[in-house]
Amino acid sequence: MALSHKAIVVAVVAALVLSTFACGGGGQKPTEVVLVTHDSFAVSKGVKQAFERETGLKLRILQSGDAGESLTKALLTAGNPQGDVLFGVDNTLLSRALEGDVFDAYESPALGDVDPQYALDPEHRVTPIDHGEVCLNVDKRWFVERGITPPGSIDDLDDPRYRGLLVAQNPATSTPGLAFLLATIARYGEPGWQDYWRRLRDNDVLVVDGWEEAYTVRFSGAAGSRGDRPVVVSYASSPPAEVIFRTPRPKVAPTAVIEDSCFRQIEFAGVLRGARNEAGARELIDFLLSTRFQEDVPLSMFVFPVNREAELPSEFVQHAVVPKAPLELPPEEIDANRDEWVKEWTRIVIR
Amino acid sequence: MTRPPGGGVRPHGSDPAKLWRALTYGVPLGFLAVFFVYPLVSILERGLRSDGALTSPLDLLTDPLTREVVWFTVWQALASTVLTIAVAFPAAYVVGRYAFTGRSVVRALITIPFVLPTVVVALAFIAILPDGLERGWAAILIAHAFFNVAVVVRVVGTFWASLDRRVTEAAATLGAGPWQRFREVTLPLLAPSLAAAAAIVFLFSFTSFGIVLILGGPGYSTIEAEIYNQAVRIYDLRAAAVLSLVQLLCVGLAVWVSLRLESRLAVRGQLRAERDVLRRPRTRGEKALVAGSLGALGVFLGLPLAVLVERSLATASGHDFGAYRALAEPTPALLAAPWEAIVNSIVYATAATLIALVVGGLAAFAVAGPGGTRILDGLLMLPLGASAVMLGFGFVIAFDEAPLDFRSAPWIVPVAQALVAIPFVVRIVAPTLRAIDERQREAAAMLGASPGRVRREIDVPIVGRALAVAAGFAFAISLGEFGATVFLARPDRPTLPVAIFRFLGRPGELNAGQAYALAVVLMVVTAVSVLLVERIRLRRGGWL
Repeated sequence: MALSHKAIVVAVVAALVLSTFACGGGGQKPTEVVLVTHDSFAVSKGVKQAFERETGLKLRILQSGDAGESLTKALLTAGNPQGDVLFGVDNTLLSRALEGDVFDAYESPALGDVDPQYALDPEHRVTPIDHGEVCLNVDKRWFVERGITPPGSIDDLDDPRYRGLLVAQNPATSTPGLAFLLATIARYGEPGWQDYWRRLRDNDVLVVDGWEEAYTVRFSGAAGSRGDRPVVVSYASSPPAEVIFRTPRPKVAPTAVIEDSCFRQIEFAGVLRGARNEAGARELIDFLLSTRFQEDVPLSMFVFPVNREAELPSEFVQHAVVPKAPLELPPEEIDANRDEWVKEWTRIVIR
Repeated sequence: MTRPPGGGVRPHGSDPAKLWRALTYGVPLGFLAVFFVYPLVSILERGLRSDGALTSPLDLLTDPLTREVVWFTVWQALASTVLTIAVAFPAAYVVGRYAFTGRSVVRALITIPFVLPTVVVALAFIAILPDGLERGWAAILIAHAFFNVAVVVRVVGTFWASLDRRVTEAAATLGAGPWQRFREVTLPLLAPSLAAAAAIVFLFSFTSFGIVLILGGPGYSTIEAEIYNQAVRIYDLRAAAVLSLVQLLCVGLAVWVSLRLESRLAVRGQLRAERDVLRRPRTRGEKALVAGSLGALGVFLGLPLAVLVERSLATASGHDFGAYRALAEPTPALLAAPWEAIVNSIVYATAATLIALVVGGLAAFAVAGPGGTRILDGLLMLPLGASAVMLGFGFVIAFDEAPLDFRSAPWIVPVAQALVAIPFVVRIVAPTLRAIDERQREAAAMLGASPGRVRREIDVPIVGRALAVAAGFAFAISLGEFGATVFLARPDRPTLPVAIFRFLGRPGELNAGQAYALAVVLMVVTAVSVLLVERIRLRRGGWL
C-alpha cells in the first residue's frame, strides 16, 4: 500500500517533469511565440492580449539590453535562437544582421499596406515595422524669452549667435548621437561633414554620453530640467511627449523640431532562423504590421507606423511633425564606414 | 536550482568532518564552475576563435589606445579605493566601537547609495557638483566613493565591532597614547578586513562603466566600457575577448595581492559578540566624534539622494506627488503597473540572498576552516571583476541546449545576482570565523563536544551576527543588481532598477518623474529590508 502510494507520487512527478520538457522540446503544437527585442520595446496590454486571443498563442517577450546587445545575442545564437521573432534591428545595424544570417525570409501579405520606401531588404528577410526620426529639438520658450530667432535649419548651428546652445550625444556611445552624425554626413558629404563639426566644436557644442543626460538634464526644454542648452539631439516624437506627459497638458508643444536635421531610423522585425514556432513567428510578423499594433506604436514606443492605413493618435496629429524628406544613408554604407566615421569624429570633436 | 551542482563530490566513508569538507568546497566550486567559468570560457573561446583558429592578440595588446584605457582603468580604481576608505573610515570606526540610538538605522541608510542605478546617480551628481568639477576624473572618483562607502563601513565596521575592547584598554594602561594604540594595536587587527573591503571597492571601481562614461565625459573609458564598445557597437568579438582576458588578468592580480595582504596581516585576536564590545559614547569628545563623523558622511551621501527626491516631486509648475500616484497605473513601458516592480525585486532578492548565504556561507567555512585555502576565496571574487557584458553573452551561448537550456529560465536571474553577492558573504563571514579563538574550540572539544557541536555552540553565535550582516548586504546587492537582471528580465516582471531604466529612457515629464519616484522607492525598500534582514538574529544553537 505504502509502496503504491510512493509509486503514484513518483509517476505524477515524472509526468510533470516530462510535460515541462515537452513544452520546450517541441513535438506537440507550440503554445507560445517568443519575441526577442530591445529595452525600448513597448506594447499596450490590450493589444498584446488581442494577439493572444486571435491566434491562441501566448506571446512571451524577452528584452535583452539595447538594440545592439539584442542583435549581438541573435548573432551569437544564429540557428539556435532564444526566440522566434527578433524585433528592433534598425537601418544602422541591418547589414550586420543580414550578413550574420540570423533571419529566414518571410514576405508578409500585410506588406501591401506598407510604403515600399521602408522595405530595404528585397529578399524580405526583415520586415519594416516602424520608423522614427532623430532630429534637433529646440526649446521655444527659451528663444522667445530672449527675443532671439530660433535656428531654423541644421545649417544655422555654426552661427556665432547660437554659440553654446547645442547639446549632442557621443556617437561612440549613443544611438541618437550616431544618427545625428550620420545626418551630417548625409547632408554635407565628405569633407563637408568634418568641416561642419569643426565649426560646431568652435561654436562650443556640448557632447555628453547618452540621451538621458542630454535631454533630461542639459536640455532646457524638458519638463523639470534645469539645463541651460535650448537645442538638443532627440526625436521627432519628443514634442508630443512633452505634451502628453504633463499635467495639465499644454495647448501647444513647448518644443519644436528642426525638420531638415532629421535622420530616418527604420526598425525591422524578422523570423529567426531555427525558430521553434515558425508558423507562430509568421503570424506575429503579420500582427506587427496590422493596424491594431501599428496604431499602438506612437503612444507606446514614440515612433511612427509604416502601415499607411494606420491612423495617428490626435496628440501626434497636433504636435508631431513627420519629416517629409528625412536624411538617409544606405545600410551597407553605414556598416562599412561606421567605425571610421566615429573615430574621425572623435579626433575632430574630442581631440 | 534545488540541488546544488556541486553535489557530485562524494565524501569517503561516513566521517562527518570529511562530508562537511566536501560540502564546503564542492558546493561553491560547483556553483562557480557551472554559472561563471563555463559561460565565460564559452564566450572567450568563441571570440578568440572567430577566424576559425586561435589568433595571437599581440596587435591589440600593443595598441597605444588599449594601453591608455588599461592605465586609466587601473589608476582610477586605485584612487577611488583610497578615497572611499578615507571617506568611510570615520563612520566605520563609529559603527564599530560605539553603541548609540539608531545605530542599525544608520547602517541601513548607508547602504542606500550602493543599490542605486548608476545612471540615476550620475545625473544627480551632475546637478550638484560645482561647475568645473562636474565632469572629469574628480567627478568619477567622488561618485565611486559615494557608491562604495557602504562596503567599507559594513565590512570593516562589522569586524571592528567584534574586536575585544580590552586589548586596546590594556595598551592604554601600559601608557600608550591614542595614536600609538591605533597604529600598533587597532590597525594591525583591522588590517585584514581593510584589505578585504579595499579589494571589493577596487573591483567595483575597476569594472565601473556607466559612471565613467557619463561623469568622465567623452574621452574617458574603462576596459569594461571598451569591451561593450567592441562586442556590441563594433561587433568585434575577438577584440572584446582579448580585452576581457586583460581585465581578468588585472582582476586576478588584484585579488592575489589582496589575499596575500590579508594572510600576511591576519592576527588571531579575541573576538567577542557585538553587545560585549560596543559601548555608548561617554565623554563630550566621544559624543562629538560620533555626531561629527556621521553628520559629515550624512551630508556627503544625503545631498545626491536629496536631489533624487526633489526630482521625483518636480513638475513644470512646482512640486507634487503626481509621479508617485502614477506608479499604480499600468504603463506600456513595462506591461505592468510600476508598483509591481517592488514585489518582483523583493522576490528575486530573497531567492538570491538564500542562494548566496548557502553557497557563500559554506565557502566561508571552507576558507576559514583548518587547512582552509584562500584560493577558493579568490576564485569566488572573480565574478566581481569579470565583464558583465561578456558573461551575459556567455550565458546565451553556454546554456542553449538540453540539459543546460537555462537561458530563458526565470531562476537564472537570482543565480546571476547571487554570483555578485557571494563574495560579500564570504568576505564578511570568513574573517570572523577565522578570528574565532582556536582555544575556545579546543576547550569545547576537550570537554567532549563533537565537531558539529563545536560549530553549533561556538561558531554559530559569533558568526550569526556576521551572517545577518552578510544577508542584509546580499539582499541589497540583489535589489540593486542591474546587469544580469536586465539581461533576462521580462517586461511583465520588471525589477525596480529595470523599471527605472525604462522610464528614464522616455521623454516627457511624467516618465522622468516616475523614474525618480521609483528610485526613491528603491531607496526606501533597501533601507527597510536591510534593517529587517539584519534583525533576524541567530539564536544560540540553531540556525535562524
